[in-house]
Amino acid sequence: MALLDVEHLRVDLRTHRGSAPAVRDLSFSLERGQTLGIIGESGCGKSLSALSLLGLAPDNGTVSGSIRLEGRELVGLADRDWRAIRGDRIAMIFQEPMTALNPVHTIGDQVTEPLRLHQGLRGRAARERAVALLTRVGIRDAEQRLAAYPHQFSGGQRQRIMIAMALACGPEVLIADEPTTALDVTVQQQVLGLIRELVAESGMALVLISHDLGLVAQNVERMLVMYGGTVVESGPTAQVFGRPVHPYTRGLMAARPTLAQRLASHHGEPLPTIPGSVPGLFGLPPGCPFAGRCAFTEATCHTEVPPEWTVADGHRVRCSRREAILGASETIAVHA
Amino acid sequence: MSTTDARPASVSASAAAPAAAPGFWFRALRHPGFVIGGVLTALLVLAAAVSYVWTPWPVYEVNMADKLLLPSWAHWFGADAFGRDVVSQLLMGARASILVGIIAVGIGLVVGTALGLLASARRGWVEELVMRLADFTFAFPAILSAIMLTAVFGPGIVNAIIAIGIYNIPTFARITRAAANAVWAREFVLAARACGKSAWAITWQHILPNIAAVLTVQATIRFAVAILAEAALSYLGLGTQPPQPSWGRMLAEAQTLMFQAPLLAVWPGLAIALSVLGLNLLGDGLRDLLDPKLARSR
Repeated sequence: MALLDVEHLRVDLRTHRGSAPAVRDLSFSLERGQTLGIIGESGCGKSLSALSLLGLAPDNGTVSGSIRLEGRELVGLADRDWRAIRGDRIAMIFQEPMTALNPVHTIGDQVTEPLRLHQGLRGRAARERAVALLTRVGIRDAEQRLAAYPHQFSGGQRQRIMIAMALACGPEVLIADEPTTALDVTVQQQVLGLIRELVAESGMALVLISHDLGLVAQNVERMLVMYGGTVVESGPTAQVFGRPVHPYTRGLMAARPTLAQRLASHHGEPLPTIPGSVPGLFGLPPGCPFAGRCAFTEATCHTEVPPEWTVADGHRVRCSRREAILGASETIAVHA
Repeated sequence: MSTTDARPASVSASAAAPAAAPGFWFRALRHPGFVIGGVLTALLVLAAAVSYVWTPWPVYEVNMADKLLLPSWAHWFGADAFGRDVVSQLLMGARASILVGIIAVGIGLVVGTALGLLASARRGWVEELVMRLADFTFAFPAILSAIMLTAVFGPGIVNAIIAIGIYNIPTFARITRAAANAVWAREFVLAARACGKSAWAITWQHILPNIAAVLTVQATIRFAVAILAEAALSYLGLGTQPPQPSWGRMLAEAQTLMFQAPLLAVWPGLAIALSVLGLNLLGDGLRDLLDPKLARSR
């Protein structure tokens, strides 16, 4: 039995324009110590998927499918039962360390909060644990700084504090939703290094959500590429990066500026882009969500959802045109 | 020399103190509106407090010999148609104003804020119900609903307080809900939920402290409105009943003597105007001082 088993997860958002399927058919499973990256552009449903894993989908969202934590079904759980899991067994690190800490409470209060909630620690015991956690994530003089407020810390330090909060109860699954997007490049590396270390140390499973290909490549073993609310390609990171099949994955890789391309674009040569734009959730085509922007499209792409096809061990892709693409891959590879 | 000595001390002090504290009084004392408002409000409170221990003359003593006396050493602001001392009545009237203000705003603040927080925490039909009830209450002009209530339950200061207090409830409910909804949308609330906190714990620990400034400002301004409403109801004979003095009743009594003793109308009018002005300035000042964004641009 896997630690976390997600099967056919679907999130529908009800709006005044009707119901929109924001996440469709998301499936993956994670063992202890494994790391998974979810990659995709804004609005592809990656953050919504992450929130659904914590039972925090917005009020107008309906989650269906299955999320099992050590065999226990979480979808449809009452709020009280979800609360017992959040922060204790599944924890989350947020994107904006500047806004994810409450400005009116001290760091000590906020880091000890999960300990009070889930482990019933009070007073000195909670303080000591908080000091240990903050020291572990690299906050110096943690003892003195418990009484400080969030605005007295830098962005990187705040993200470290968020990590300490998330780790307080020793969760089994850690979800990091773009944990370094708001940070400087050098701080990004430090924070990610810290997350990697902690994952290795505690044996928890990590779900890293990002739109940054490099970040995913460096930090996770397996990855999912999401587009238009669904997974288009998945597999071991090395495989997907080494031999991308789905035209969207290929487009993403090609659009990543290398130093040479940056120089070229400086001289007026545009970066390669994926033509068109992301389809709106209300007007999703019945077939492949990428069909409208794909260079390989044929008639069936617009009408039928492509089945999942295994490229290699664990490397799967949803594309009806994979043979044509793999045949043409030599020409593509030159660009990428 | 002294500045270089002072710097390390002030840095460590600001590092240890809570967010809003450093410089609040420093900024407050340089905010003219806040200072004037604070002084006027302090005078109002002082007048009410003094009336408990001392008035220049016994308030209820009728002394026909001093009838309509102009200001003098004996009667600083003169005497009314029954020879009662105006200063003494003004001091006693401040008591009624403050009493009405505190209780009426208290009712609105406690009940309204609770309803607003409930609406914001539960959303859905609860929010809809609370807000539609607020709309319903607002459909009647404040003074009209106060007159309605006092007409049904009889005139008197207690009923006036309740009438004004009830009208404050939807005001606070609306403001609380709007401010609380904005806080609920902040990421730290999501982070708190991700820690496993319940909606009530979040409301108490995260929402309320973050809207306290808004509520403080609103309470100050509603206090001014309550004083005005009490004066209006008393003027109409629906609030404070004789012989208890009230600024509104003093105005009503002075009205009939406008041409014989115009000053009698000026004193209570001035008292009402200055109190309301003071509270409004104080409220505006607080709004400026408690808003961190405005504070930085200053």
